[in-house]
Amino acid sequence: MGTSAHTALDARALRAEFPILAAPRPGGGQLHYLDSAATSQKPQRVLDAMDAYYREANANVHRGVYELAAEATERFEAGRDAVARLVNHPREATVLTKNATEAINLVAWAWGARELSDGDEVLVTMMEHHSNTVPWQLVAQMTGAVVRFCPVTPEGEIDMDAMRAMIGPRTRMVAVVHVSNTLGTINPVREIVAMAHEAGALTLVDATQSVPHMPVDAAAIGSDFLAFTGHKMCGPTGIGVLAATPERLRAMEPFLGGGEMISDVTTEGSTWNDIPWKFEAGTPPIAESVGLGEAVRFLEELGPDRIRAHERHLAQQMLDALDEVPGVTVFGPRQVERRGAAVSFSLDGVHPHDIGQFLDSKGVCVRAGHHCTKPLMRHLGVQSTARASAYLYTTEDDILALQSALAECRQWFGVA
Amino acid sequence: MGGLDDLYQQLILDHYRSRRGRGRIEGASASVHENNPVCGDECFLDILVEDGRIADIRADGDGCSISQAAASMLTEVARGKDLDEALDLVEHFRLMMHGDAEPDEDLLGDAVALEGVARYPVRVKCALLSWLALRDCIAEYRETTAMGGR
Repeated sequence: MGTSAHTALDARALRAEFPILAAPRPGGGQLHYLDSAATSQKPQRVLDAMDAYYREANANVHRGVYELAAEATERFEAGRDAVARLVNHPREATVLTKNATEAINLVAWAWGARELSDGDEVLVTMMEHHSNTVPWQLVAQMTGAVVRFCPVTPEGEIDMDAMRAMIGPRTRMVAVVHVSNTLGTINPVREIVAMAHEAGALTLVDATQSVPHMPVDAAAIGSDFLAFTGHKMCGPTGIGVLAATPERLRAMEPFLGGGEMISDVTTEGSTWNDIPWKFEAGTPPIAESVGLGEAVRFLEELGPDRIRAHERHLAQQMLDALDEVPGVTVFGPRQVERRGAAVSFSLDGVHPHDIGQFLDSKGVCVRAGHHCTKPLMRHLGVQSTARASAYLYTTEDDILALQSALAECRQWFGVA
Repeated sequence: MGGLDDLYQQLILDHYRSRRGRGRIEGASASVHENNPVCGDECFLDILVEDGRIADIRADGDGCSISQAAASMLTEVARGKDLDEALDLVEHFRLMMHGDAEPDEDLLGDAVALEGVARYPVRVKCALLSWLALRDCIAEYRETTAMGGR
C-alpha cells in the first residue's frame, strides 16, 4: 500500500530522514522499530540543529552580555516559541523541564505539597503512567491527601460514570492521561477538565502520548497544566514541557531553587524571576531546546492532522494483523477513532519477554513489560503485555513483519 | 538464528513447558516473595527444612520461559542439599550468570543450560529471580530459627 490515499504521508520516504531507520541492519534487512511510544527515532535535521548549536552558538543563556551568549539565548528561546506554538499556548507559561515526569513533579511539589491538606483528594485514573501516580502518592504521604483511582472499563476506557461520581467537594486535582501509553485509548480530556473545573478542582493532562501523534490544542483542552516530553516527538532526551495557565504559574512558589530562577537574593531571602524562568533553575537544556524546536518544525511541516490520519490507518492495520495471529489478545479500544497506534497484546503460551526476545531476532523491536502502568496491569489481570507502537515513519511492512514474526514465535515456543 | 538457539536451549524450553517443583508448600519452614521490577514477574519460593537439609522446595508464580525454567531447574538441583551447600550452589549460579565462573555441570545439573543467558543482560534478572529467592529464603529461615521460631 505504501503511500495510501488515506494518509498522504509518505512514511517510506520519511524513513530516509532518520539515520537509524535508513541504515541496514547488521544481519541484513531493515529495522522494524515498533517502540515509538517509548521513544521516537530522531531525524537528521534535529541532530544537525543540535550539532550546529554546539559548533556555532554554544554559550550559557540569559546572563552573557557578549554576542555569542545572545545567539545562544535566541536559539534556546526559539525552541520554547516553537513548542508553545505547536500546542497553542502562551510562551511565557511554557516551562521547559527535564521530561514529562519532572513537569508533573513540578506541579505535585510546587502546587500539591503546599496546597493539599489532610483528606483532600487527588483523582487519577487506573490507566496512568507511574509518572502521574507516584508524584501524587509522594505528596499525599506528606500532606495527608488521598490519591484515588478512577476505574477503567473492560474496553479499556475511563469509566466516565465513575469519574463523575468520584469528583466531589474534596477533589482538589484531577490528573489524567490524554492517550494511554499501554492501551492506546484517547481519553475525553475536555469533558473531564470541564467536570473537574465545575467542581472547583484543578486539572493536569499528561499529553506525553498525544502531542507527538495528533493535533493538541492546550487552549481548547483548557486544563490548568499540560505535560509532555521532547524525546517521543522526534526531539532529544532531556527536555520536557509544562504548559500551565499563566495565572496559576504566577501564584505558585518555585519548584527547584538556584541560578536563573531568582530576581534577587539576599542573606535574608530571595525573590523570584518572572515566569517561565521562575521554574527553570540552573542552566537549562539549551541544545535540547534547539533540537526540540527543530522537531516541532518538522512535525508542523508534516502536519499533526496528517500524522494522526497516518497512525489511525496504521492502528487499523495493526489490529487486523494481530487478529489474524491465533492466540493473540489485544487490549484497549477496537475502534481506531478512539485509540492511538500503541497496541498492547498477549500471545497465549508465550510470555511477553519471550515475545520481545524472539521478535528482536527478526529485527522487530517491541516493548514487553508493565509499561510503567502497574495499577492498570493488575486491573487487567495480567503481569505484563507486549506492545507495538507506531509513528509517522512506520510502514505497513513493519506491521507485516510483526505479524509474521509472531506466527513464527508461536512455533518456536511450541504453541502453534 | 544462532543467537536464539543459544539462549533458548531445548532443555530450557522443556523445563518451561513442564515445570518441576511448581506450587507452594503447606507448613513451609520459610517462604519469600520476590518480583522483578523490570517486567513485573513474580516468584514465590517455599522451602521445607529437615535435619538441616532442604527436604522440599517449591516455586510458584508467573514469568517468562527463562525465569520459569530457572525456577524449575533450581528445585531439582537444590532438593536434598544442606543449607550451606545450597548457598554455594546459588553463588556459583550467580557468578555464572555474571560471566564470572565456568559452569560446573555436576553442581548445577540442568541449570547449566542457562549459561547462554549471561550474554543477554536484561534476561539475567529473569534467571536469577528464583535462585536469589532461595538465598533470601535460607536467610529468613536462619533468622527465624535463631530467634527461637519455627
